[in-house]
Amino acid sequence: MRISIKEGRLLDPANKLDAKQDLFIADGKIVGIKKKPDGFESDIQIDAKDSIVLPGLVDLCARLREPGFKHKGTFQSESLAASSSGITSICCPPDTNPIIDSPAVVEFINQRSRETGRINIYPLGALTRGLNSEHLAEMYLLKQAGCIGVSNALQPIDNAEILRRTFEYAHSCDLTIYLYAEDSSLKNNGVAHEGAITTRLGLPAIPESAETVAITRALLLAEQTNVRLHFCRVSSARGVKLIKDAQAQGLPVTADAAICNLHLTEMDIADYNSDCHLQPPLRSERDRAGLIAGINDGTISAVCSDHQPHDVDAKAAPFSLTEPGASTIEHLLPLMSHLANRKEIKFTEAISLLTYQPANILGIDKGTLGIGKDADVCILDPNLHQSVHKKNLLSAGKNSPFQGWELQGLVSHTLLNGKIVFDRNELK
Amino acid sequence: MTGNIIQLDKNGNLKHFLSTEGLSQSLLLSILDHAESFASVGERHVKKVPLLRGKTIANLFFEPSTRTRTTFELAAKRLSADILNLNISTSATSKGETLSDTLHTLEAMHCDMFVVRHANSGAAHYIATQVAPHISVINAGDGSHAHPTQAMLDMFTIRRHKQDFSKLKVAIVGDILHSRVARSEIHALNTLGVLETRIVAPHTLIPAGVEDLGVHVYHDMDKGLEDVDVVMMLRLQKERMRGALLPSEQEYFQRYGLTSERLAKARSDAIVMHPGPINRGVEIDSSVADGEHSVILQQVSHGIAVRMAVMAMTMGRHSDDIGKSK
Repeated sequence: MRISIKEGRLLDPANKLDAKQDLFIADGKIVGIKKKPDGFESDIQIDAKDSIVLPGLVDLCARLREPGFKHKGTFQSESLAASSSGITSICCPPDTNPIIDSPAVVEFINQRSRETGRINIYPLGALTRGLNSEHLAEMYLLKQAGCIGVSNALQPIDNAEILRRTFEYAHSCDLTIYLYAEDSSLKNNGVAHEGAITTRLGLPAIPESAETVAITRALLLAEQTNVRLHFCRVSSARGVKLIKDAQAQGLPVTADAAICNLHLTEMDIADYNSDCHLQPPLRSERDRAGLIAGINDGTISAVCSDHQPHDVDAKAAPFSLTEPGASTIEHLLPLMSHLANRKEIKFTEAISLLTYQPANILGIDKGTLGIGKDADVCILDPNLHQSVHKKNLLSAGKNSPFQGWELQGLVSHTLLNGKIVFDRNELK
Repeated sequence: MTGNIIQLDKNGNLKHFLSTEGLSQSLLLSILDHAESFASVGERHVKKVPLLRGKTIANLFFEPSTRTRTTFELAAKRLSADILNLNISTSATSKGETLSDTLHTLEAMHCDMFVVRHANSGAAHYIATQVAPHISVINAGDGSHAHPTQAMLDMFTIRRHKQDFSKLKVAIVGDILHSRVARSEIHALNTLGVLETRIVAPHTLIPAGVEDLGVHVYHDMDKGLEDVDVVMMLRLQKERMRGALLPSEQEYFQRYGLTSERLAKARSDAIVMHPGPINRGVEIDSSVADGEHSVILQQVSHGIAVRMAVMAMTMGRHSDDIGKSK
């Protein structure tokens, strides 16, 4: 299959390319930029005159809910939702059911991923067996089976000695640790950021120190063990500062932020809006500004959707009894454009946070449009807009905290390995 | 912010009573005025008025409570409503029934009002968003969030003794962190325009950012009680001693127990209040609880009048309708 994408604005931050040029694809690879390769004849020609042609997006954290939670989402529903917003690669955490702590589960996910054929799925293996925070998981076997890194997902490892051993062992397997930093004793059943809102609403509170204490402890152990450490979904300004200082000392640590924390704050919980019950919690405006600053100074090098689709019942209860998480995968790209429109970050930077930078963290050769690379491409029409509404969501999870938002920019086409896997014109 | 949109109908009348926050001063005063006319009902030979005859009120207590439930029950009976007591606690939910299922089952029994007590903050608010439009919801205590009828009976008691709110200094003493009563009192006092609201407690029992609610924080009780007109004591749950919030009841009483000596720091005509039940010798000395400044028992009897007022108002009936409906 040969595809040419004509006259689009090619934006590829990895190669510092931003120009109106044609893109040529053959046999799953990018074979030409600007200049048509000799003898190239396209089977399909896509007119991208008013559009922006981007590398397929890389999402560092999204839950597809399979295996184990099909009532919340399936490979089918969530990968369609993902490709509708230009995402072609997804890293998924190991807290499925069964947990990704054995090669058999990895093989199951790889097989379902191949069958679905819409996105590349990169599973993270469990850091501890069954995420029990006590015994090491078979990290080496998981790596051989195709896990791209290891993580304890949202399960805290309270015991510092065990945390140290997991770091050491992962280091000896040359695996990156994806750590969600939250001290469980300080979190203490909290459901929202400690401050005026939890005080007003009488909600159990999660102090900022639940994050900063956990980051500090992990940094000290990372320094001691030399493991590559990636902090997932940092949510506080002081957390960003700690990571920035560690990077300045030369520690191999990286960090990402979740899209919700870049747009929303504790105030959005308003009167117990359970769609704003998230983990990490929405924090203060000062924290939100700290995350944006962390993006602009390079401390945070990726933004993920942290997509967590839920069934209706999971959100239909008094706030503390609802399950945390938001359905966000469809709006990752327009929400990043929105930050650029508001001049909080540069558009090129927004794209690099969704493409080659997360790909670098994962260590995969994705997120760029260079010649010879896999033809994972997304075409964004910046003139189209959408209003976010539960009934319009493709994801099985309707739990979007962005209900009623008007977002500019819609993906018209997504290509995976040179095949069109999403075409908005074909959506009914 | 809490619920002034959801608490009022489109004409600005009270539809649900979920929180004292966000309601206007005139509405709070109107609750007190209505309660004043209902207070006399309790003193009559026949203690009933037919205002809510034919209405069915369900007491939905997801958390056990005898005192609050009883006063709501009495209030409903004095308004001639039919009352249904349901101690749901964990029975329905442990069978896998969701809260929404429970509510819809009760709606099918044609209830007109739900009085809700729940261990989780926001439960009454959630229920109010789920019920059919003709149903009113009254919050009888949700988690650490609000207990608005308790706060209003406290305001009623204060007004009976002090008349003008604008000259008052009020101290709320005790476990502010976990107290739904304190939060509702703070909002009510500030809306009614008191001169100053103070909270007095150790740091461990004060929630973060509490100053934003419009209070001054004191850790020293002697300073906190200086010149106050009203001392509102909170009940200290014994389980607070189990964690790392407080060392012991003895130490707590030493620092924050209300004794006659401490009370002497307040104004000589200060009143002492407590939502009950009292832990004598933990947060309050018996001599103060039973002493001349104490209005604790009056609070209990005022509770019925205030709950009658709120029930009647949310059902669109008013105390001046008493004569008409005879």
